[in-house]
Amino acid sequence: MNQPASSAIASETEAAVAAQYLTVNLADEEYGVDILAVREIRGWTPVTRIPQTPHYVLGVLNMRGAIVPVLDLRLRFGLIREEYTATTVTVIVTVAGRNFGVVVDAVSDVVEVAPSEIRPVPDMGTAVETEYLKGLTSVGERMVLLLDVDKLLQPQDAQMLEAALPSVSDVKAVA
Amino acid sequence: MSKVDLAQFHKAFFEESLDGLDAMEAALLALDEGSDDPELVHTVFRAAHSIKGGAATFGFSDVAAFTHVAESLLDEVRSGRRPMDKAIVELLLRSGDTVRDMLARSMNGEPVATPESQDLLAALSAMVSGGTAVPVAAVAKAAAADDVEGWDIVFRPFDYLLKTGNDPARMFRELEALGPLSVTCDAGKLPALDTMDAETAYLAWTLHLAAPAKKSAVEGVFDWVDGDCELSIVPRVAVKAEPAPVAVAVAAPGAAPRTTRESAANSESSSVRVGIEKIDTLINLVGELIITQSMLTQFADGVDASQLELLRHGLAQLTRHSRELQESVMSIRMLPISTVFNRFPRLVRDLAQKLDKKVNLDLRGETTELDKTVLEKIGDPLVHLVRNAIDHGLETPAKRSASGKSEVGTLRLEAFHRGGSIVVQVGDDGAGLNRDAIVAKAIQRGIIASGEGMSDDAVAELIFEAGFSTAAATTDLSGRGVGMDVVRRNVMDLGGAVAISSVQGKGTTFTITLPLTLAIIDGLTAAVGSETYIVPLVSIVESVQLKPDMMRSVAGGGELFRFRDAYLPVVRLHDVFGCEGRRRAINEGIVIVVEGEGTRIGLFVDELIGQQQAVVKSLEANYRRVNGISGATILPDGSVALITDVTGLVRMQTRRRAA
Repeated sequence: MNQPASSAIASETEAAVAAQYLTVNLADEEYGVDILAVREIRGWTPVTRIPQTPHYVLGVLNMRGAIVPVLDLRLRFGLIREEYTATTVTVIVTVAGRNFGVVVDAVSDVVEVAPSEIRPVPDMGTAVETEYLKGLTSVGERMVLLLDVDKLLQPQDAQMLEAALPSVSDVKAVA
Repeated sequence: MSKVDLAQFHKAFFEESLDGLDAMEAALLALDEGSDDPELVHTVFRAAHSIKGGAATFGFSDVAAFTHVAESLLDEVRSGRRPMDKAIVELLLRSGDTVRDMLARSMNGEPVATPESQDLLAALSAMVSGGTAVPVAAVAKAAAADDVEGWDIVFRPFDYLLKTGNDPARMFRELEALGPLSVTCDAGKLPALDTMDAETAYLAWTLHLAAPAKKSAVEGVFDWVDGDCELSIVPRVAVKAEPAPVAVAVAAPGAAPRTTRESAANSESSSVRVGIEKIDTLINLVGELIITQSMLTQFADGVDASQLELLRHGLAQLTRHSRELQESVMSIRMLPISTVFNRFPRLVRDLAQKLDKKVNLDLRGETTELDKTVLEKIGDPLVHLVRNAIDHGLETPAKRSASGKSEVGTLRLEAFHRGGSIVVQVGDDGAGLNRDAIVAKAIQRGIIASGEGMSDDAVAELIFEAGFSTAAATTDLSGRGVGMDVVRRNVMDLGGAVAISSVQGKGTTFTITLPLTLAIIDGLTAAVGSETYIVPLVSIVESVQLKPDMMRSVAGGGELFRFRDAYLPVVRLHDVFGCEGRRRAINEGIVIVVEGEGTRIGLFVDELIGQQQAVVKSLEANYRRVNGISGATILPDGSVALITDVTGLVRMQTRRRAA
């Protein structure tokens, strides 16, 4: 259980130790976030918008002096944005030393999932593109989709970053 | 007792030695300029001596051997047997460089001796008069006290020693407590067993104590047997083969105080050396803060309306102390710019010599303080500017006389405060920029189509373009393609700006404006819709409210407004940052005129909120860089406000216009 959050996958292969997942609700489905990646959970507070960002990045908030970007998981998954309510929370996760917040409808539970209980995601009619999922599991009657937190802000953003970088250096070179 | 790990002192030794080298160089340069202050020679000598001693102690024998020769030469000068001349200064300056290099190599664990160092060593040795090999004893004597790495002890008890109640084994144990001890026993006098007297001492010992113990400590062990034995205690010094001849035993041991510490503030390192008065101020402030805090805590226990005034008073005090404390803490990061300026006398001297030019370096405002981070990054751009000034700016003595100037050119480096910024100027009284050459080059490089109608300032700005260099031939000094664009970029990365002014025939001056610190900026807070943006105060020229009739629109949808004698483009922040501005009509909001890279634009915002100091936080730490935004800060209510990157906005505007 001492694995850093980012190597959660490694922990699966290493031993059949059950990992804990924080489950969150999003559009009538339940998602699991590796609890080791969760830094804190806070009620929704308005954020400061930042320009030139993908639509799902809502802005930044102040986490005890650090500026942390916040993304809306509904928008990230291409769902319709809901009005934020009293149960709306921002889950702050740490991936590879970087923090970011994920806005979800509500937090629900902490469940223990053994690696053997994780099944691959079939290519099916979930609202979510499967690339952000590590797998799915069932807890009692409920199905929990396990999120691959590493990929939430990573892949598309990295591409975007690469696309943005040359232009930044262009600007510098022109100077 | 474990062996003393000398490695832990290596870092201190390296730092101290580098300080010493700096002091040595400064003194040598003063001597080079013709100063005959004998104290200067002493300074150089002391520096060399300290480095030698340290190097010997820590086992850097190559460094020790090298500095020893330099020291011998210095000693001849010091004792008046040889005048200090240019040749010696030159040789010693080069020796300083070599020692620096050797130290760097030692630090990285690389082999220390290089062909250059060997050549220089030979040159030094040749210079030192006399020809006899140096007696090792002399070195030992010179190095005693502070350079000892161990002790060789020969202990030969008289035969009655055991009867006095002394036990050699106990003495050896005592010695061992001082450091690792190796003992060799000489049993040569041991008689046959049947004739042996158990109470007679037959044995003798040779001991080596491998630790830099104090002489008194070693002698103390033998106090009780004094007079009852043959005893010799000789310090072992790390300096091994001394290749250099020396005429007289060098300097008395105690006379090598590490006065090089005087130059402590001059060294660059990862540690900050702070003036004690700054620390005292901090301690006082923290004390005050604690008092105010406890005062407030007391009130918190039973606040009623009548005590509210006291609470307000306490809060006001707390605010003031916190602010002062913050300023004090910030000042700890501040170092005088002399730490950067100090490298220039040498650089200028070497360059001038190489190029056969005569240069008088005029350093001013060396005590001006700058944030350490800024200081570390401003060095390279300054070196570049200084090199350029000497290489391209200043003319040869012949040319100068021909144009009626003094043969000696002047290079002025000056630092001073202006507003909330630090200004560093590099100015020469050389030929000035050659407008025609620059225009021709710019056309050749495809930067501009023609120089027609360009102002002199605009032409001067061209040298900041990437890949621009007017030097006809590439010298090893400048013109390596790393040009003024890099200088400008470096300065801009520090949140500063470079400006150039040049008068043909009179000289060129570069003016670098830098923020005092990178961590805190003074900003104007402006509202755009529901968002708050911070515009750095340094880049603000003025804020104006425009009337519709002051506006002009140009083809392509751009808006211009008349500001003094110029038309400036309006950048509507709500458009650029894609947020809902409450005000659309130009006369409803406010236009903040800002300047970046010498270009002015007007930022249209809803309203100005106020002025505040902003602690700059990075957006990149958790997210990424955003165009037009240089960072973020936290407002008093805990929310986040973005800091506008004025230079970035100016560039975005220029690109948009070019597109």
